[in-house]
Amino acid sequence: MSRTSLVEAPDEVTAAAPVVPRRQRPARRWRRVVSPAALVLGWELAARTGLLAAEKLPAPSDVLATGLRLSRDGTLGIHLLDSLTRAGAGLLIGGLLALALGTVAGLLRLGDDLVDPPVQMARMLPHLGLVPLLIIWVGIGESLKISLVALGAFFPIYFNTYAGIRDIDERLVEAARTCGLGQAARLRHVVLPGALPSLFLGLRLAIGAAWLSLVVGEQVNAQTGIGFLMMEAREFSQTDVVVLGLLVYALLGLISDSALRVLERRMLTWRRGLRAT
Amino acid sequence: MASRTAGHLTGAEPVLTAHAVRRAFGPTVVLAGVDLSIARGEVVALLGGSGSGKSTLLRILAGLDGEASGTSVVHGTAAVVFQEHRLLPWKRVADNVGLGLSGVDAPGRIRRALAEVGLAERHRAWPAELSGGQAQRVAVARALVREPDLLLLDEPFGALDALTRLRMQILLRRLRAEHGFAALLVTHDVEEALLLADRILLLDDCRIAAELPVDLGPTRTPDDPAFGALRRHLLDRLGVPTT
Repeated sequence: MSRTSLVEAPDEVTAAAPVVPRRQRPARRWRRVVSPAALVLGWELAARTGLLAAEKLPAPSDVLATGLRLSRDGTLGIHLLDSLTRAGAGLLIGGLLALALGTVAGLLRLGDDLVDPPVQMARMLPHLGLVPLLIIWVGIGESLKISLVALGAFFPIYFNTYAGIRDIDERLVEAARTCGLGQAARLRHVVLPGALPSLFLGLRLAIGAAWLSLVVGEQVNAQTGIGFLMMEAREFSQTDVVVLGLLVYALLGLISDSALRVLERRMLTWRRGLRAT
Repeated sequence: MASRTAGHLTGAEPVLTAHAVRRAFGPTVVLAGVDLSIARGEVVALLGGSGSGKSTLLRILAGLDGEASGTSVVHGTAAVVFQEHRLLPWKRVADNVGLGLSGVDAPGRIRRALAEVGLAERHRAWPAELSGGQAQRVAVARALVREPDLLLLDEPFGALDALTRLRMQILLRRLRAEHGFAALLVTHDVEEALLLADRILLLDDCRIAAELPVDLGPTRTPDDPAFGALRRHLLDRLGVPTT
């Protein structure tokens, strides 16, 4: 009898050990949902009981209903697509320019001396404050919105490309040289992967800046886009559409950030090497 | 600084010849004309106190220092093992060993090199998952896989704990017996130099101050009285009182 209990005891321990944290973790995750859910519920109740005037802040269920209505008749889709196009074009232009200049400044001493000082000076300008000047330069059309997004995306990508290249351990480059790697191969095997974590950080910050620039840009004489939808709704005091626009902006930021996180986790597995085993 | 690698080999030619190597950092002269020659398959230890310029000399011989003067010629191929492992953290162990390697037989060569340092089963690991000794063994495999005629070792075991260091010294002796490469071992450890080298050079006052053949035979132990005598002699030359 005592023998069986001795044999069985270790099995029980190993079987029980993983169960305990597995039960605790979902409990904690649910606990984190409590306060946001309570806030939304409180908001809904306050709106329904008339505590919040509908023209100041409509009930979340009304905002949701408006969202459904606008996506059914296609309005939301059209505006969303236009906003996404602007963000994409601006990110691409600003990002590529920043990547090129950051690489030149990071890799070459001459590039550093010529490119970095003006960029450092320009960084001090709040790019959203450039709107009046940009209107004079490029007008109030599409190019204004795209320039604004490109400007917002440029600086985080430039600085993180530069820092990512500068932070690479010189000793690793040297080791690669002793392994017979030429300049191009060193760029591919040492510099690019070494700078990649910084590039990801820059891209994440740039996407945040891109959405922010878009919010401002789309409020200047836009005929389409989420920002236009909100400005138009304000004219007619459609508070539900204004709140819906805000929610869409928030969702866009959330989705792009988590997509990038997933990509980062895939491409930077080596950084989690210790945890993976 | 003339540094070149000669492709064709003739038997009697030394694997490395360096002549009148000078290096100064600003006003501070570190190497004031060093002559050095290493025969094929010979292991030479370069002993010196810290700051004596021994690592500087190795970097010059490895072609990593563009500002030195003098000539240094490697007849054949050279590979370097540094004090730190210097593995690329974003490449798995096998890809680190095979860095810059080409040819259809590369995977097989990588596998054999890793097996020789006893890490065949770790080929998929990330460098961050390895212990200090394991990472240094991978660095040795990365050098070995290139089948070098000359191995340049810059205090390769200096950062390891005493036990791991002993194991690495035994490993290096075995690998040398199997492959017959020549090596220049930069170290400040007198015992390590006596265990591994055929000849010891003492670097002092910016030049090679003494040369000492080590005639202790292939199986050496610090218990050997001849070993102890050489050790005392070397420590004496390095200015360390032994009694």
